[in-house]
Amino acid sequence: MPKAVPRIKLTRRQFALAGALTGAATVIGCRGSNTGNGDSLSDAHARTLAALCDQIIPADDFPSASQVGVVNYIDNQLARHYRLHRAAYRDGLETIDSMSRDRFGIAFADATPAQQLQIALGLEKQHSDFFDLVREHTMEGYYGAPRHGGNRDEVSWRMLGLDDPPLRGRAQYDLRKGGQS
Amino acid sequence: MKRVNAVVIGAGAAGGIVAKELATAGLSVVLLERGKWYTAADCRKDDLRNQRTTVLGNAFGPEDDGNPRVIVDANGKSRIVVPSEGSYQNNAACVGGGTLSYGAQAWRYLPQDFRMRSTYGAPAGSSLEDWPISYEDLEPYYDQAEYEIGVSGDYSTTPFHGPRRRDLPMPPLPPNREFAILEPAAKRLGLHPFHLPMLRNSVPYNGRGPCMRCRWCCGFACETDAKNGTQNTVIPIALNTGNCELRTQCMVKEVLTDDRGRATGVAYFDERGRLQTQPADIVVVSSAAIESARLLLNSRSRLYPNGLGNRYDQVGRNLQGHHYTGAIGYFDFETYDDVGPGASIAVMDYNHGTPGLCGGGMLANEFIRLPIHMVGRMPPGTPSWGLAHKQAMRHWHKRSIIIMGPTQQIPSANGRITVDASVRDRFGLPVARIEGNVHPHTFDIGDVQARRAEAWLKEAGAINTSQMAWHPDSVSAGQHQAGTCRMGNDPHSSVVNRNCQLHDVDNVFVIDGSVHVTNGGFNPVLTIMAVAYYASASLVRNWKGTAFRS
Repeated sequence: MPKAVPRIKLTRRQFALAGALTGAATVIGCRGSNTGNGDSLSDAHARTLAALCDQIIPADDFPSASQVGVVNYIDNQLARHYRLHRAAYRDGLETIDSMSRDRFGIAFADATPAQQLQIALGLEKQHSDFFDLVREHTMEGYYGAPRHGGNRDEVSWRMLGLDDPPLRGRAQYDLRKGGQS
Repeated sequence: MKRVNAVVIGAGAAGGIVAKELATAGLSVVLLERGKWYTAADCRKDDLRNQRTTVLGNAFGPEDDGNPRVIVDANGKSRIVVPSEGSYQNNAACVGGGTLSYGAQAWRYLPQDFRMRSTYGAPAGSSLEDWPISYEDLEPYYDQAEYEIGVSGDYSTTPFHGPRRRDLPMPPLPPNREFAILEPAAKRLGLHPFHLPMLRNSVPYNGRGPCMRCRWCCGFACETDAKNGTQNTVIPIALNTGNCELRTQCMVKEVLTDDRGRATGVAYFDERGRLQTQPADIVVVSSAAIESARLLLNSRSRLYPNGLGNRYDQVGRNLQGHHYTGAIGYFDFETYDDVGPGASIAVMDYNHGTPGLCGGGMLANEFIRLPIHMVGRMPPGTPSWGLAHKQAMRHWHKRSIIIMGPTQQIPSANGRITVDASVRDRFGLPVARIEGNVHPHTFDIGDVQARRAEAWLKEAGAINTSQMAWHPDSVSAGQHQAGTCRMGNDPHSSVVNRNCQLHDVDNVFVIDGSVHVTNGGFNPVLTIMAVAYYASASLVRNWKGTAFRS
């Protein structure tokens, strides 16, 4: 993909729409992160990964993994702390696509959610090392600190009913009472 | 470089105290630390990069690049590991060492913990032994650590503690919800729950404010500086004497010795990687159990071909940490109140006295769990991914309690550190090689502890529970690492004498967890601190101006 293509952040709805309308990933802004180098995954691989992450943490009343930047997170870390896993991701994402093509005749990202679930279950059985890697990284991106590109707007923390982080220096009791609430 | 009285290697729990004690006694001291001195601005609350959750690395060192170790598995196969991997057995590398980011539980060992062999006899295959010093020897120094570094808590409701000269300097933090749930349950079981001791300000103390009770504690540096380590207590005092110079990002290569076998100082790589020599009258090794052993083993010379203090092949042996077991309970009401640090209540009823078991350990509720910590802790049978997992996270995150504790490990001589000359760090120094495993009797004790934790949770109303018991086939060391330079009276079976002085070389001391003969059923840091005060006191007492004579 030419580097000149503008990076556009899309909402989940726009993401799905873009995929459906264009059938390609050339404008998908899955790297719209302001942290890290990104650029570890091709757009096609990023699309496949987004679909897999969304099987691991699907949307319900709260967003899915890819909707809160989990693909950003993984893409960033593949350029940093997880650079040793780059080959595993490239091979694994190719594998999942060929599993999907063999079974349903279409790319994994283009399959229906029900078809994707079947492929993901197969991946978990046949390629458990790769599946576990993606599962762990997805959980980190979804439930971890937002600074690394995932958990956008602390969505998962709010989902769990956790307030925003306390203010710096907050004390929950009156110092004059000797530390009692 | 100008000769000094003492060079102390490692500015952690022990080294910071030794530097302060020697500097205030008038000795000139150089304190060398391989890591950096972090400030409040570095205290980021990063769930993925801290000293406890290291999936993106250690926040306070060492870096993954250039600091490998070799781990040998149960089949004898060796593999290179980096600091962010669990099997690396990391301890932080920074000013303050582990005390910058620890959970800060401040336990005294019990009197029996110093007499394990005479209390229980040594299980076959173990190297269980008594300490050459007693609880009574250390009591004044436990007290000094509690007051100088600063401990809050309240022992008044438990009879299971050694004699104390006075209460802790600070009251406990007000109880959190888990305390309120667990305390009556423990009492119904006939146990003696109490507010566990913490190196954390509950009230203003030592010129700093109290804990703000946030959710990021164990594994993180405290952004309000309410957590007490050596970096915000004794090290500043040492520097203020004018007798101590702290040099950070300095990696010691070896302890240097002369033709007569006495130490003359150290060679180290400074912050720009240049090799320097620091002459000193005394060398104090305080680099934690793994790195202290590695440094002695890397200090080879004609007189000490197998490393300093290693005449009888004892350096690096008896490596131990703690075997953690416990249980998680799930409740049909909210147990989570978002009030840190979370760990608040403990019992010491199970440390000793169980027929058939050589010891035990304390049990306490776990530190507050961040969401990332709960991902793998959903009730048994919950799928590990998919909608069901997401919904379980939503349902259980605020409805669970973990009780666990450090089982006192039965040491064995085959759990050990050696050096591997075929693998080098970024300075070209042979790295630590970790081998051996946990003595199996430790697992017997840990399994019982897990059942006890589960029973406590059930009594507290848990509707579902799961034991956290396991039998790893590798050593346990990590942040609780200890034992590699055992203290003892017999040079054939120990490395240092009762004053932490090498049997072989009278002006080299090892003062840190390395000298622990056994590691108690508790977090070890207060004992490391007490030993540091104790050994420093004897060192100062025997100091004769410009030379050291014991």
